[in-house]
Amino acid sequence: MAQGTAKTDYQGRIHNLQKDMIGRYYSRLTAAAENKGEKAIYMLISGNPVELIEAFDMIPVYPEVNALQLAVKKQSLPLILAAEEMGYSTDNCAYVKADIGMYFAGRKTPFATIPEPDLILCNYVGCNVYLQWFEHLKEYSKAPIYNLDVPFFRTRSEDPSEEDVHYVVKQLEELIEILERMSGKKLDYQKLQHIVELSGETGALWSEIKRLARQRPTPFDAYFDSVMMMAPLYCLRGTEDGLWFFQEAYKEMKQRADNREGPLSEEKFRVVMEGPPPWPYLRQFRDMFSRWGAVAVASTYSTVGGIWEFGFRHDPQHPLESIARHMLQWNLTNRNFLQRYRQIKEYVDDWAADALVIHSVKSCRLFSAGQGDMREYFTKQLNVPTLLIESDLEDPRYFSEAQLRNRVDAFFEALEHQRMLVKS
Amino acid sequence: MRKEGIVATTLIPEMVSLDSLFAFCRETAQDPEFTVAKRWLAEHPGKKAIGCFPIYCPVELIHASGMLPLGIIGAGNQIEITFADARFQSFVCSIVKSTLELGLTNRLKFLEGMLFHSICDPARNLSSVFERNFPDLLVEYIHFPQNFASPLARQYLATEYRRILDSLAQRSGHRPTPDDLNYSIELYNRIRARLREIYQIRTETPHLLSAAESFVLTRAGTLMAPEDFLKLLDRAVVDLPRRPIRPKDRIRVVLEGSFCELPPVGLIETLEEAGCYILDDDFLRGWRWFTEDVPLQENPLAALAESYSERAYYSGTKHDSREAKAAHLIRLAKEKKADAVVFQAAKFCEPALFDYALYRKALEDAKIPHLLLEFEEKTWSFDRARSEAETFVESLLFD
Repeated sequence: MAQGTAKTDYQGRIHNLQKDMIGRYYSRLTAAAENKGEKAIYMLISGNPVELIEAFDMIPVYPEVNALQLAVKKQSLPLILAAEEMGYSTDNCAYVKADIGMYFAGRKTPFATIPEPDLILCNYVGCNVYLQWFEHLKEYSKAPIYNLDVPFFRTRSEDPSEEDVHYVVKQLEELIEILERMSGKKLDYQKLQHIVELSGETGALWSEIKRLARQRPTPFDAYFDSVMMMAPLYCLRGTEDGLWFFQEAYKEMKQRADNREGPLSEEKFRVVMEGPPPWPYLRQFRDMFSRWGAVAVASTYSTVGGIWEFGFRHDPQHPLESIARHMLQWNLTNRNFLQRYRQIKEYVDDWAADALVIHSVKSCRLFSAGQGDMREYFTKQLNVPTLLIESDLEDPRYFSEAQLRNRVDAFFEALEHQRMLVKS
Repeated sequence: MRKEGIVATTLIPEMVSLDSLFAFCRETAQDPEFTVAKRWLAEHPGKKAIGCFPIYCPVELIHASGMLPLGIIGAGNQIEITFADARFQSFVCSIVKSTLELGLTNRLKFLEGMLFHSICDPARNLSSVFERNFPDLLVEYIHFPQNFASPLARQYLATEYRRILDSLAQRSGHRPTPDDLNYSIELYNRIRARLREIYQIRTETPHLLSAAESFVLTRAGTLMAPEDFLKLLDRAVVDLPRRPIRPKDRIRVVLEGSFCELPPVGLIETLEEAGCYILDDDFLRGWRWFTEDVPLQENPLAALAESYSERAYYSGTKHDSREAKAAHLIRLAKEKKADAVVFQAAKFCEPALFDYALYRKALEDAKIPHLLLEFEEKTWSFDRARSEAETFVESLLFD
């Protein structure tokens, strides 16, 4: 039986810590926008070389993070509509439309003023929309662009080829030259090593946190609470602050795990979540699962910018090569669909999940195109109960609450019924 | 329709007239059973065929490995989508679904493999879905670099071609030598040069060759042996200037946005009947990829890679460092002395639809009128496109 609405916000200490830290990050962006701060480097979330940006004391700007913040703050629709007025299609990614709408609305948001780019660094990691998004930003801003071309992880081998790694490392060297010209100073290699070490330790803690979710009950929701930790992971990776956040987060989660505290009063169903969340209606979406006692124990979305839970660590002894491997191999975005099937299967097995929930978003076809085949594989070949539902990550027009709730209810009702049959 | 007596001859029938040649091409272009290719394979025992998904595919690698490259580019409006709808959502373009449907209905069983390319996210996932659903098929995904500001990209592409060549050679049992590769490059150079002539005829004398005819000719060419296609092209290039057709009072347009999913022939005809001479288009762009010949040199893979970077037409899926896309389109329209641009994008095609936003502003700034149309390969009725095109043409003719 579903229960009314459960309390589904994460209320621990790190929630506020995260708010403070991200607030400070956005203050830096505003300062940069007002020409009082650092040089602004636009980048994408998926495997990226933020360590190099930090080594030159520049500030990373993530249009994806800005777009999702706009959606969370319910500001996205008018900006999307403004972009559609310019000629963008209803079928184009709404992250891009919200971002472009915001760009032409003076780059002012409720959380920061976003600076103009000093460099548009398109880390082309899997997503083809990235290329066009940044091509358009270049057209509008006239800022210089560097397309960092990361070969898609497309082969059947365990690791990318040496040619792939070499190609990315060589481009990172080209990028260093660009950053040296922009900053007027040489790369401080030891500083880079230190930053890469911070990233490595951050990744290790994040990995430990994720592995705590294998316990019963999981101490946190690995979808809805993970997104809270993803902001510091991306915006602050490679900084002392970022590391400190994860030290605190690990302590808190470990304590919860030791006390057998979960995010809900009772953990009835353990699910793996696939796909980005519907940012404009995050709370409503979460409640649909909480009322059934369904908790995410793992999620693919929390690996778009990096997969650490299977052992990858940034390596200060080989900073460029490990940045390259992170971009090539150790993030969800650059992996092919079948590698994603395997990743989900590992979650189902090792995190002991009862079901898979696929949230298919129209905006991001990288994530979603073909998820019907994924459902086919998990239900028919692996016998994992799978729910496929559709909405969007940014555009509130695609969130049909009643319809989604009906689908979710029917799914968990059936699961509950199955359980009763097995018991009797 | 095919004429009496033509069918009976061997692979490519002896063409009585240009009209019969185009009728044959039209039938071949819309044939979801790949009859011409299968007949060729039957006549060449031991030969294998490799399917090429759009846009650009290095067909020379396949040909030099002793196999037949074929354009597997959706199924147009010739088959019902029954199974693929359950795999790909409603917001995914039709070509992805119809290509999968061809596979799920066993129509691609005669292929040895399929090559996919890094053109967009659905094509990328389709490649994986093919790999899982058709385990006997060789499925390769080619990464085309996007950092052409750097000399590294070209070098990298040559190594990528080497990887693909090794994989193809394993299937065909023939490891091509540089001479083999150069032979194939030369053959395809001749085809592409002929296609450039065909397009030149359209630009200079658009009344002699309709865009629909040149489209079915090019498409049919992707579904037969290149040697046979070359014969058709030779014939067309000789006969076209002698065609007794008088020019009509039509507007001159350049068409963009249809570089991947194929528009229905009927839609192209509708545009022409509504009063457009389509001087240039990007139909089947990948099969005409190079603006000039690929040089024959000691290292053919390097020549192909360098040509991809330096001698390619502009495309929504290649991020060029030579010139901004929108500026390029404006220059092209002016060069062709076009009155207008028709932007015809496949529904849900993100690369094309993103391009449109840039193009629209540039066209408005340059004061070049344009018409935006969206299409799906599976469409049968073109009434709406007809009325939009007629209104557009009238506004220009009687302005």
